[in-house]
Amino acid sequence: MSHTPEELLIVTLADMLQGDRHVAVGAASPIPGAAALLAKAEAPHRMHVSILHSMRHNPFAEGARELFDAAGQGRIDTFFLGGVQIDGLANINLVGIGEYPQMTKRFPGSFGSALMYFAVPRVILFREEHSPRTLVEKVDFISAPGVSPPEVWRRGGPKALVTNRAVFSFDPQWGRFQLESVHGGNTRESVTKATGFEFDFAPDVIETPAPSDERLERLRQDIAPKVAGFYPEFAARVWGIAA
Amino acid sequence: MDEFNRMTLNEIAEAIPDGALLGVPADYSGVPMAATRALIARGARDLRLYCLPLTTIQGDMLIGAGCVASVEAAAVTLGEYGLAPRFNEGAINGSFQMRDSTCPALHSQLQATEKGVPFMPLRGIIGSDIAAHRPDWQVINSPFGNEPDPILLLPAVKLDVALFHAPYADRSGNVFIGRRRELATLVHAATKVFVTVEKIIDTSLYESEASAACALPAFYVDGIAVAESGAWPCGLTDVYPPDAEAIRAYAAAASSEAGFTAYLAELGLAPRTAA
Repeated sequence: MSHTPEELLIVTLADMLQGDRHVAVGAASPIPGAAALLAKAEAPHRMHVSILHSMRHNPFAEGARELFDAAGQGRIDTFFLGGVQIDGLANINLVGIGEYPQMTKRFPGSFGSALMYFAVPRVILFREEHSPRTLVEKVDFISAPGVSPPEVWRRGGPKALVTNRAVFSFDPQWGRFQLESVHGGNTRESVTKATGFEFDFAPDVIETPAPSDERLERLRQDIAPKVAGFYPEFAARVWGIAA
Repeated sequence: MDEFNRMTLNEIAEAIPDGALLGVPADYSGVPMAATRALIARGARDLRLYCLPLTTIQGDMLIGAGCVASVEAAAVTLGEYGLAPRFNEGAINGSFQMRDSTCPALHSQLQATEKGVPFMPLRGIIGSDIAAHRPDWQVINSPFGNEPDPILLLPAVKLDVALFHAPYADRSGNVFIGRRRELATLVHAATKVFVTVEKIIDTSLYESEASAACALPAFYVDGIAVAESGAWPCGLTDVYPPDAEAIRAYAAAASSEAGFTAYLAELGLAPRTAA
């Protein structure tokens, strides 16, 4: 069975959630949201998925601060963050391009990243566009730093970076990304050319595994209709589900 | 008979003074758009927006209409409808002061006021450029424990006014806020509280424990105006969805200053000309 680029990303992200008890997904994140629901469907144990964009899949009943309080309590295992820019130290920038504050291009802002990046054990960086424009040597504004000095409390941080070209892991001790796999059609060289920061290579950089037929069917039959409930436009585009 | 202070939209707009530190809700907790249009109509200026924790079309319109001196927010965006065009242009031009924050900080600074304490500590954030640009925030070493443990302190913020829209209030002026408990924090931290509602219901919210759990008690509320479709074009949970077409039309119009002015004119509003 052939798959779409989005389906490859969903399955790749879902594999990173194995063993999690509670995964939370922030705003405007249909692919991480679908991945979390797929991981839950496949988990051999009970797994909580909190999707803030949804009403039915958003369990928080104490107001918008509850997500951050739950993260502070260590009750969220994995969270997803993105960035207008991400640099080689895994610093993320959600604020804009150019010199702050009167930047040349302004984006919405940092949302809750500056706490979540510290408090959640595993943060998966997800940014579809993989180019020297998005993956830069140094971000123009640090919404949340990728690494902290040893005396600064930090329960977790970046574990991986997933783009439309590749999967990287991140080692906080060395403060470097390592290329783990490239998606079909990409090579070590093409990924290097598209990346604005230096990174290391895993001993064996593989091709990102394509989803099995069984998982694709599960995704399309069981997960896609749920995603359509809170991301109708995404579900219509990827799976042709009528909005 | 009403036991609450019934106001009109214009009276609420008049009661929010120029220069006020105005607390506004996110798109999921009842955006007071009808009251916002009334604020623009009265020519409000130098408002300091404190967003809990973000703003969408409300902030963008107030900025475009020249009503805003500063914005404190974790994000200003039209969400799935794109970037906030008047905000973006104003931020780049420096037409208002941008105070970038992060969601939990915005919640915590109001929670400090809610508890009547001068500051709240918060984990994370250290090493970000958000903290680097906030001279009003401080990092101290935690006085507890023996190891070095730097932690961020955020001063309490007291709002001059909190303003939001809700599905309904009862005859006593208790307001339904459901599980949007951040609205309670917004209110607890404000000197004056004005609410717009779709309607007034006859059954008291304190008739059952189930509905009492959804209530904001009347004693916090200074005035209520009935404004049907008062969140439009934003949505109101369980009452109406966002008007996607209207927000897209706004996004397109507001992409230029001329288009924004024309958009306001169509609503019978005019932007403030620079003083």
